[in-house]
Amino acid sequence: MDNASPLAFHFDVDGNDFTSAGEASVQVKKILRRIGIDSEAIRRVSIAMYEAEINMVIHAGGGEAELFITDDKVTLVMTDRGPGIADIELAMREGYSTAPDNIRSLGFGAGMGLPNIKRYTDELNIESEVGKGTKITMSVNI
Amino acid sequence: MEIYMKMSEIASLLDAKVLCCEELIEHEVHSACGSDMMSDVLAYVKNQAVLLTGLVNPQVIRTAEMMDMRCIVFVRNKMPSPEMLELAADASIVVLATKMRMFEACGRLYSGGLMPQEV
Repeated sequence: MDNASPLAFHFDVDGNDFTSAGEASVQVKKILRRIGIDSEAIRRVSIAMYEAEINMVIHAGGGEAELFITDDKVTLVMTDRGPGIADIELAMREGYSTAPDNIRSLGFGAGMGLPNIKRYTDELNIESEVGKGTKITMSVNI
Repeated sequence: MEIYMKMSEIASLLDAKVLCCEELIEHEVHSACGSDMMSDVLAYVKNQAVLLTGLVNPQVIRTAEMMDMRCIVFVRNKMPSPEMLELAADASIVVLATKMRMFEACGRLYSGGLMPQEV
């Protein structure tokens, strides 16, 4: 693959239905498998993207995901027009969560999402503006 | 020594029904985890092949799929929906259901030789 023209894919994340959250991550996992990327790298991308997708559905009413594959890394750009993150440093702290109780009863909202994304990726950049939305860019080296 | 257990032995130890991917049940696994909190599974679990849970929603299947798990055991008589079983079939994940509660189900598998983590 040529770095100048990465493989690119676009996904819409539906924010209306928690049960469908994760569909884009499943698609990405299939694409990466088809390309033949190392299975441990696929797992790291999958978990990080799934966490971000769940966050998008819980907090932001959905959004968009872009997948870029070059010869040395897989990059995901997850963009939403949700409420934004007021204090990114606080949001990165393990156990800090603003998810509503009904989300906890579904097995999520333990405040592990962003720390987990950081743990599984090689690069993570979060840009967020309150009232405008959040853009998360993450990469896993392959 | 690493002890492997066939998923059919897991079903037998837990007196469990096989709900999905029966054709894969003779495959072997050697580690498991139990949790109702998918956030914790995604954060703390590493390489475990079997997930025991009492939580029933499609995100349980997706969590297992993202973690490359091979088998989900629903405890406390919880039954997954047909939609969940379709997701599991698509991901080639064996789905079992047992009447046992989490503590007993985990205890039987631990006593049987399944490990809490990869070695």
